[in-house]
Amino acid sequence: MSEANASATRITPGNALRPEDIALEVRTGLAKPTEDVAEYALRLGDDALILAQRLGHWISRAPELEEDIALGNIALDQLGHARSFLTYAGAGVPNQDGTAKTEDDLAYFRREHEFRSVQLFEQPNGDFAATIARQFVVSYYQYELYRRLTESTDATLAAIAAKAVKEVDYHRDHSAQWVLRLAGGTDESRKRMIHGLRTMWPYVAELFRDDELTERLAQAGAAVAPSTLKEDFDRLTAEVLNEAELEVPDVPAAPGGGREGKHSEYLGYILAEMQVLAREHPGASW
Amino acid sequence: MAAQNLQSVPAELTPEEDAAGQAHFDRIIAEDSRIEPRDWMPAAYRKTLLRQVSQHAHSEIIGMQPEANWISRAPSLKRKAILMAKVQDEAGHGLYLYSAAETLGQSRDKMMDDLIAGKARYSSIFNYPARTWADMGAIGWLVDGAAICNQVPLCRASYGPYGRAMVRVCKEESFHQRQGFEILLELSYGTEAQKQMAQDAVNRWYAPALMMFGPPDDDSPNSKQSMAWNIKRFSNDELRSRFVGMMVEQVKVLGLTLPDDQVRFNEDTKKWEHGPLDWDEFHEVLAGRGPCNAQRLERRRAAHDDGAWVREAAAAYAAKQSAKQQKEYAA
Repeated sequence: MSEANASATRITPGNALRPEDIALEVRTGLAKPTEDVAEYALRLGDDALILAQRLGHWISRAPELEEDIALGNIALDQLGHARSFLTYAGAGVPNQDGTAKTEDDLAYFRREHEFRSVQLFEQPNGDFAATIARQFVVSYYQYELYRRLTESTDATLAAIAAKAVKEVDYHRDHSAQWVLRLAGGTDESRKRMIHGLRTMWPYVAELFRDDELTERLAQAGAAVAPSTLKEDFDRLTAEVLNEAELEVPDVPAAPGGGREGKHSEYLGYILAEMQVLAREHPGASW
Repeated sequence: MAAQNLQSVPAELTPEEDAAGQAHFDRIIAEDSRIEPRDWMPAAYRKTLLRQVSQHAHSEIIGMQPEANWISRAPSLKRKAILMAKVQDEAGHGLYLYSAAETLGQSRDKMMDDLIAGKARYSSIFNYPARTWADMGAIGWLVDGAAICNQVPLCRASYGPYGRAMVRVCKEESFHQRQGFEILLELSYGTEAQKQMAQDAVNRWYAPALMMFGPPDDDSPNSKQSMAWNIKRFSNDELRSRFVGMMVEQVKVLGLTLPDDQVRFNEDTKKWEHGPLDWDEFHEVLAGRGPCNAQRLERRRAAHDDGAWVREAAAAYAAKQSAKQQKEYAA
């Protein structure tokens, strides 16, 4: 069996899938996203990448060693998803010489307005409660998204989602447990949890906004319209909030715009830090 | 959390019981087998181990910082993933080691308090700054490499929980060392600027790594007793010499050099020798006057203090849950 074929057999839902496998598929032409799918993969990759960058900051700063490990693990999972999505997206945006852009080309050499992540993912870590609030929203959203994407007509998207959904299920559990603990712990922790949810909730609406791209992809069966995830998201997050005796925050929604490259003030700083070394040495390999 | 873990501390014993315990302990050490938490052990043995294991745990935790410094700026996503996983491993090592130390009768909270109060020591190597990306390579290759030389013999340490923790730690450390070597290799065969960055990092980390083995044998008062107790198996100088012998070969593959023109194999003693080390600097850093001592402790203190309300919330929630359960059982 050739190396390319061996890899092709691994890219099936349920099998472990590494970014390197996708890179090989892309190089050999076995995985070739449509222009729409590539743009979509870029969105999901950017979401996961920016969140990984945010979460990574907690490593060595968490409230307890166990949380250094847990938040580090979630960051690593997100980074793994980002690498897969971006590698796949790169096949849809070739360089001038026709070769696919790599995950690193996309992560390190795009400018701020070229990033397609929604604004929730770039929100500051804040205190531990704010980080948990963000993670709570993200993981319930990503779970519903990836669960449905395992049925995508695009085999690579389906395979990435099949791996990711299992991991995100743990992220859901981790964040829900902490919402309960912080809401039901001390007065101080309850106050902080409520505050954390209120600071993140303005960015929830953007997650479920449809646009022309997602409508076309939904019609083709390659993706689902984000609006269709909302009912399950609302129901499942409400269950946790009810148990925690918390209300869904009543705060105005922010206009968003991350999918069109309109970001909050925070993204520029994230990228400046993330990209600085790679940009000092263009063309170098590491 | 700590209270139920402290049962291994023996209650007051009669002199007869102490004598029987000492005889049992001596026999186990003579047979080169293992002391377990509930076994009788001399107070000095317990104290020595508690100091060593907790210092080792602190070193893992403080050692996360210089590498965490580069997670956000890692120059490729693959390197970022590897580095995150590595720093996470170190948190895991800290956890096993604190657990091993707890079996000697001290709570993790107390050990953490001592660390933050500046009463406990950790490996002074982590008081040096990680200035460039190449430091991720040099730390992995030299610092983790020296740690492995130190720790492989500790897998046979006479205290069971410590030896067993070391087995797992060493497996992960050898991955860490390989990834450090790989970072340097890639840099060394990369652009001129990358190669320079790699050589500069090796130059800065070489001597501090050699000093990780501790002071020369004639200036290491505790070593003899530790060896008699089968905690330590080889002397500081013996381990240092072995390490130099390994590095001198590996650095050739890297296409770099060691900043030491006096490295040579002594045919008479059959040992590797190296140039003089600046032990004054070592003692200065150990005394708290190193480049990053204040920064490292402050970062740990800040994480601990900022997280206090979270730990209190978790404890309060657990207490409420357990009270609720007891009420349900009673009903």
